[in-house]
Amino acid sequence: MGESVNTLAFLVMALAAIGGAVGMLTSRNIMYAAFWLLWTMLSVGGLYLLLSAEFLALIQVMVYAGAVSVLMLFVIMLTLRRREDAVRSLDFSPSAALLAAVFLGIMYYGISNATFPEVALLAEAPNTADLGVVLFTMEGGWLLPFEISALVLLAAMVAAVWWTKGQDRR
Amino acid sequence: MNIGLEAFLGLSAVLFALGLYGALSKRSAVMVLMSLELMAVAVGLNLVAFSRFVTPEAMTGQAFAIFAMVVSAAEIGLALAIVIAIYRHARSVELSALERLKG
Repeated sequence: MGESVNTLAFLVMALAAIGGAVGMLTSRNIMYAAFWLLWTMLSVGGLYLLLSAEFLALIQVMVYAGAVSVLMLFVIMLTLRRREDAVRSLDFSPSAALLAAVFLGIMYYGISNATFPEVALLAEAPNTADLGVVLFTMEGGWLLPFEISALVLLAAMVAAVWWTKGQDRR
Repeated sequence: MNIGLEAFLGLSAVLFALGLYGALSKRSAVMVLMSLELMAVAVGLNLVAFSRFVTPEAMTGQAFAIFAMVVSAAEIGLALAIVIAIYRHARSVELSALERLKG
């Protein structure tokens, strides 16, 4: 593992991610916007691979690019009565753009002035087995939060089913 | 050119700003939720970059990224269920159809 990540691969995937986000915000058809979001999720999954987080890259593709995108597409299709409803206005808002630009300026200022701790990179990147040790053993320290997050997902699933089932069908 | 932590932080700041703009400007509830997901993805990228460059041994950032992913998956499932419930009620997912919530 070198001192930094591959420049060309980073530039390609960063441009793909930003391009997907811009495409999502500028497409008039809401279905196309959902597919642009899927493209951004896949690019970020590639960036995770570049950061030698291969387990998270797979989870990113499965959860975001797989489950969340399908959920989005189904909700879009369920809530459109006519095909023409998918095409919308661009909803440009100068105040929102100003706020986002101010946020970006503050972030740029903060990142360029911050000093990050210099850590010697490991000769061999930690792999998925090491992540499993961190998450699933008492020594790793993340076992209890992991179980609680499983409970969060269960509660969210029950609530989602409860809200979508409708009143008249019992 | 050396791609270090700053490049990843800058990229995730750009993604977050784009998501922020979308969440504030779009008038369709589903588009707002998609922008929120974009912001969640930017945060996850930030965490993984910190994990790679600052705590490569302990993998604290990766553990945090997993929990952030769990929370955002729960959030999007619940939010889309609410969108379906709103659509049943108001026959529309436009945010302007929800002006009654102003009270």
